[in-house]
Amino acid sequence: MGVFATSPESRRRHRSQQVAFAVLLAMTVLLVLPVLAILGMLVWRGAPALSLEFLFTAPVRGMTAGGIWPAIVGTMWLVGVSLAISAPIGVLAAVYLNEYARDSWVTRVIHLAIVNLAGVPSIVHALFGVGAFVLFFRFGTSILSASLTLAIMTLPVIIASTKEALAAVPMTFREACWNVGASRWQTIWHVVLPNSIAGILTGIILQVSRAAGETAPILFTGAAVFVPFLPQSVNDQCMALSMHLFTISTQVQSVPQSITYGTALVLVLLVVLVNGVSIVIRSRIRRRRKW
Amino acid sequence: MTKPQGIRTENLSLWYGQFQALLDVSLEIHHGRVTGLIGPSGCGKTTLLRCFNRINERIDGVRTAGHVHILGEDIYAPGVDLVELRKRVGMVFQRPNPLPLSVRENVLFGLRIHFRRGELRKDELAHAVEASLKEVGLWEALKDKLGHRATSLSLEQQQKLCIARLLPLRPEVLLMDEPCSALDPAATQRVEQLIRELRDRYTILIVTHNMAQARRISDECIFMLLGKLIEHRRTEDLFISPKDERTANYVEGRFG
Ligand SMILES: Nc1ncnc2c1ncn2[C@@H]1O[C@H](COP(=O)(O)OP(=O)(O)O)[C@@H](O)[C@H]1O
Ligand SMILES: [Mg+2]
Repeated sequence: MGVFATSPESRRRHRSQQVAFAVLLAMTVLLVLPVLAILGMLVWRGAPALSLEFLFTAPVRGMTAGGIWPAIVGTMWLVGVSLAISAPIGVLAAVYLNEYARDSWVTRVIHLAIVNLAGVPSIVHALFGVGAFVLFFRFGTSILSASLTLAIMTLPVIIASTKEALAAVPMTFREACWNVGASRWQTIWHVVLPNSIAGILTGIILQVSRAAGETAPILFTGAAVFVPFLPQSVNDQCMALSMHLFTISTQVQSVPQSITYGTALVLVLLVVLVNGVSIVIRSRIRRRRKW
Repeated sequence: MTKPQGIRTENLSLWYGQFQALLDVSLEIHHGRVTGLIGPSGCGKTTLLRCFNRINERIDGVRTAGHVHILGEDIYAPGVDLVELRKRVGMVFQRPNPLPLSVRENVLFGLRIHFRRGELRKDELAHAVEASLKEVGLWEALKDKLGHRATSLSLEQQQKLCIARLLPLRPEVLLMDEPCSALDPAATQRVEQLIRELRDRYTILIVTHNMAQARRISDECIFMLLGKLIEHRRTEDLFISPKDERTANYVEGRFG
């Protein structure tokens, strides 16, 4: 036997490595298949419904025909207003927690609260939204109430993801800054934020899809089954894609399947579009800043 | 009366929570000389250095007692502006830490922080970049690469750039924490050369793990052990005829 001949031991290791590889590959395929299946079915059954008319007109005849334009517009309002509230608050809160707050039991309680809030089911946020915004603050069922509810739901996740992005900026950068006499705020503004903005944006944009997809938080707070006009201000009610999908697939009889699947497809495409934009932005920023 | 220069500490102690990392350190570091700071790992060299620009305070649970005078002023007195202090006392770290900006913006970073846009003329900035890079011997190599990312430079160039970054603020004291430990021997030699060239204009305190390096570049040397200052003398004397037995054991490599 030569010195370099494979020993039984190394042959055995090689075998188990191959087995592990096969298992992991199978897992990956198992993971990807359902996604592809869902997308495939949506496209197959929804694509025929898609047309400019479907996108840009209102539903007619008890939502059994026509388009989904009011729902698209409503979803944009809800997502836009809710993120306009939760993104700045969330980022500032995360900056405070990560860059200013000293480690004390108060900050630890806050961390715990954020982690737990992020895990609260959306129907609970919905109830809170009804109690707080619709009834107590008397915003009524309106875009404002619904957006605030969505903002409450997305806020903890945005704080958590932003904190993570900030924590990923090496400490040595901050020290380099302090070392030339920069204040904490200057350090954050000139070094920490520019180097974490990609991660921060990613976290926020992931919440776009979440806010667009949820039904429960808007169900009782501001989304309506059918509104014959487009919202003019945050005090109006609106339709929303997720809500519309829920309604036409469970509450209304004899809706052609193509309309249901078409609505779902538009919702998914919207989310994919937003995520795509975020990926482009992120890779742009990444290319600019590297360490 | 001439202004006192250099660094003087009186009974400087520092605690990380319950753990006392510096015990009654009293010393005097002179302007225009390179002072080496040696001692085994964990003896408090970095901690001592970081007392001189008060950067330890950013760590939770740190408590300091005693006095530190820099340029004759007690830097722990109330009313001391940390911004002014840190402009005067620059620090170079163990690992080069250029900011992820261009070479040029790294050098100008301090100025950008302390002056508003429009307060600095273009030619002043250009001059500051050239002067600083010349002082650390990087100008020839980098004058055509001012727009390049600082993080793409070699480690040696990065470390020199980190020194250059301090200079536009006209510092008096340069603190260096094992500035060569990430560099190869040839680069180490060139950075040592640079430190020797900077000697006359600044008060330089350099932590080193490397005994040979301490002998090569320092005029005076301080030996620390377990948070205490054991011996502080001219470098030759400290290495050739140490007074304290612990110093002798350490410089002869009997423990490290
Ligand atoms: N942030 C910190 N918190 C608690 N203890 C620390 C901290 N930094 C350093 N120490 C302790 O203080 C002592 C001195 O550390 P340091 O100054 O880094 O030593 P050196 O630079 O000489 O290796 C060590 O025992 C170290 O464990
Ligand atoms: Mg150290």
